[in-house]
Amino acid sequence: MPNPVPMPTETIDSTPLTKKDFVTKNDVRWCPGCGDYAILNSIQRTFPELGIPRENFVVISGIGCSSRFPYYMETFGFHTIHGRAPTVATGVKTANPELSVWIITGDGDGLSIGGNHLFHLMRRNVNVNILLFNNRIYGLTKGQYSPTSAEGTRTKSTPMGSVDRPINPLRFALSAEASFVARTLDNNPKHMVETFKAAHAHKGLSFVEIFQNCVIFNDKTWDPVYGKENRAENVLFLQEDKPLLFGAENNKGITINQRLRPEIVTVGENGITEKDLIVHQSKDSDLLYPSMLAQLEYPKYPTVAGVIRAIERPTYEERVEQQIQDAQAKQGTGNLTDLLRGENHWTVE
Amino acid sequence: MAKAVLKELDSVVIRFAGDSGDGMQTVGEQFTDSSALAGNDISTLPDFPAEIRAPAGSLPGVSGFQIQFGNRQVLTPGDAPDALVAMNPAALKTNIGELVENGLLVVNIDAFTPANLKLAGYESNPLDDPALDKRFEVIRIDLTQLTTDALVDFDMSTRDKLRCKNFFALGFMYFVYGRPIDTTISFINKKWAKKRPLVAEANIKVLKSGYYFGETTETSRNRYQVSKAAAAPGMYRKIAGNEALVIGLIAASQQAKRPLLYSGYPITPASSILEGLAAYKHFGIKTVQAEDEIAAIGVALGAAYVGSIGVTATSGPGVCLKGEFMGLAISVELPLIIIDVQRGGPSTGLPTKTEQADLLMAFYGRHGESPLPIIAPSSPSNCFKAAMEATRIALKYATPVLLLSDAYIANGSEPWSIPDPATFPDLSIPFAKEGEPYITFKRDPETLARTQAIPGQKGLEHRIGGLEKSEDGSVSYDPENHEKMSRLRAEKIARIAHDIAPLSVNGASKGKLLVLGWGGTYGSITAAVNSLQAEGYDVSSAHLHHLNPFPANLGEVLGNFETIFIPEINLGQLSLLIRANFEVKVVPYNQLQGRPFRVQEMKNKIVETLNA
Repeated sequence: MPNPVPMPTETIDSTPLTKKDFVTKNDVRWCPGCGDYAILNSIQRTFPELGIPRENFVVISGIGCSSRFPYYMETFGFHTIHGRAPTVATGVKTANPELSVWIITGDGDGLSIGGNHLFHLMRRNVNVNILLFNNRIYGLTKGQYSPTSAEGTRTKSTPMGSVDRPINPLRFALSAEASFVARTLDNNPKHMVETFKAAHAHKGLSFVEIFQNCVIFNDKTWDPVYGKENRAENVLFLQEDKPLLFGAENNKGITINQRLRPEIVTVGENGITEKDLIVHQSKDSDLLYPSMLAQLEYPKYPTVAGVIRAIERPTYEERVEQQIQDAQAKQGTGNLTDLLRGENHWTVE
Repeated sequence: MAKAVLKELDSVVIRFAGDSGDGMQTVGEQFTDSSALAGNDISTLPDFPAEIRAPAGSLPGVSGFQIQFGNRQVLTPGDAPDALVAMNPAALKTNIGELVENGLLVVNIDAFTPANLKLAGYESNPLDDPALDKRFEVIRIDLTQLTTDALVDFDMSTRDKLRCKNFFALGFMYFVYGRPIDTTISFINKKWAKKRPLVAEANIKVLKSGYYFGETTETSRNRYQVSKAAAAPGMYRKIAGNEALVIGLIAASQQAKRPLLYSGYPITPASSILEGLAAYKHFGIKTVQAEDEIAAIGVALGAAYVGSIGVTATSGPGVCLKGEFMGLAISVELPLIIIDVQRGGPSTGLPTKTEQADLLMAFYGRHGESPLPIIAPSSPSNCFKAAMEATRIALKYATPVLLLSDAYIANGSEPWSIPDPATFPDLSIPFAKEGEPYITFKRDPETLARTQAIPGQKGLEHRIGGLEKSEDGSVSYDPENHEKMSRLRAEKIARIAHDIAPLSVNGASKGKLLVLGWGGTYGSITAAVNSLQAEGYDVSSAHLHHLNPFPANLGEVLGNFETIFIPEINLGQLSLLIRANFEVKVVPYNQLQGRPFRVQEMKNKIVETLNA
């Protein structure tokens, strides 16, 4: 059957895209000092470097502060409804696998109202990129606690402190067996760009949690982890094939002790050398190791940043396409006259 | 023994009833196929419980299938069966009350065990009651025994052998009504011959045994003949409503030159649309079984956004869940098709039974000012046209469209004069042109529809979303703009009234009483009105296929009658809408029993109204 949807072609435009090409004329309406500005800036720096024609980018969001993102990106953009961006993205990518699809969501949008959709999107391995801005608060509704808020968080809706346990977004992603799971930080543009590029390069679903600061309702929520003075001791930046090292002296590391628990050790003390440390490998399909990484959280451990898992498996949309091809190979391309007649028909003379 | 007498009949209503595991739906479908292929007009009513396998022999576990076939126009599955096949006491108990006087009753006496009688709540065996034979022509068959006898040489378990017994009953009924058995033989072969040849052989053996049993045991029973119905020359097939929707959607996608992506979540009685489309992958159809009802419409909307025909189907509870997305689709003005196969509600209600009680939800069951076109097919085969029409309107007016089917027409079937694809309209609507300035919500001056630009189109990058916007697509909280946009969206839908077929009247266009219907009640209404007209009553009927907007001439049509009689399987929803919009005398006629109207009851009610 004719396929009238224009299939994207390789870009032959000689002028390369720049950051400027991805900036819309709309005024950005986030609060001054919001972490979202840095994320927007990093995405606008990343996109021109991906070698994709601008018209093939689709940015899809739900509802919340972060979900205003598409309005500020000079691409195709769809600001949908609360928590449901993964569903629209599934339709977009399944219908047209050529598009580069980016989902912008937050801790409330993605993990509360849209938790079900997010889980199934990851499970299906639709080849889209999810950026989950985690500020541990509901910003747009003015400051209620969110599913990632620490227990005891006092907000207008929890004046005596929240009583439910928070979700760890990385562990949520791993439980859905997301094929690419990473974390980055809104105060580290270089790391953001690197992580976004890796997410794009991954064939399959990419889930990126971004620690993001809400300057109005939850200011400095991540400072104990990634603030200037704390970063060196409290963030462990993962590097492929390199030992898990952190600390101001870069001499602290992670090993697994005899009770199979992660343990912080210091290289050069008690006979520990770099060889005793775990070497980071994100491409192992086993879930135990990335689950351990996701569990490493300040204050007990350093919090990890970087790509914790990146494994290859067939994408949802390519399997859908494959089934169509297989059916056509077996049955021939469908014919409308045969379809109308069905298997049993009769003629009245 | 007297020789069987062959009686010629105009039409017959047969009901097969048994345990949900007895294969009553299969034999019903088979009898339907054979009758259709024999040239009868037909209409069917599969009637099954919501439980997949309720306890064997229990009253709630009874599954039934009713078919009317005739040598003239058959518009309904019939008010009451002329013949009843009861496979066990529970089936007898739940159905005998409706069998016509002197009707044919075929019972499997082997199932009338003390245990089964107790399950059905019988204190004594009703077959021993001589009154039964006075009221009905009772044929007692030891069907279980005869089935095992027929399969004595088959290397199968007794359990497997007994699973063939529905075909014995079918074979016997084929004999009584002079139906050919070859259609069913090819059905059996197609279903089992390759994978389980022994099962195929056994079922064919039992089917034939049933037929020969009728032939050789010539008791004093009658045989009946229903000759071919007069039909216009052409090619025909049998079609059920959901099947017609599937085919209609595929045809519409080809006529619109856009790929079809369907996304659904399993729900009775809409699941067969998802299953049907999933079987047509070789047409390039993409189907997504979503994680929930909300996701299903979201996926369909995403596909529509990139230029596919996005479709989702569900039933009432699912429509509630989809409401927020329908609001978004209205706000961003994207084409989308939402099918509601209505069932008894509210809540889980009567999941397998029909109802028309989602009409007001279709009109008003959303947040904000959010009108959308509503289309309702009137019969199983009409679902084909409805699917094409929904697609036409969705694309031309860049709007979600709600298609209101119901469980009765979804599962019921009738013959369909197969249309010639060359007669199908071109439904294609162009996307925005690359290289030209694109104004997201610039409207066609006539239809008020916006033009869609899709991802992948160079230079047409733009943003859409659920926030109110101005014409250029930018977010706007301006008070006047919100009212302007709301009115434009409403006006766009209202204008469709001039782009749909005017309402036609069956009978005189002026008179005492007009029966006004919508949706799946078409068959009952038309049968009742035709019959009353033949009896000389001043009564006409009209049937709405477009509910929103109403056809432009509706007011004029209604104004020509003294009384508007509105039958609905709800508590008066169209009546409310008609009263709200037109100054006419409305007499509502409402039932809420999960089944189609009975023609005789409706006739009585119409006559009563005429005489009032």
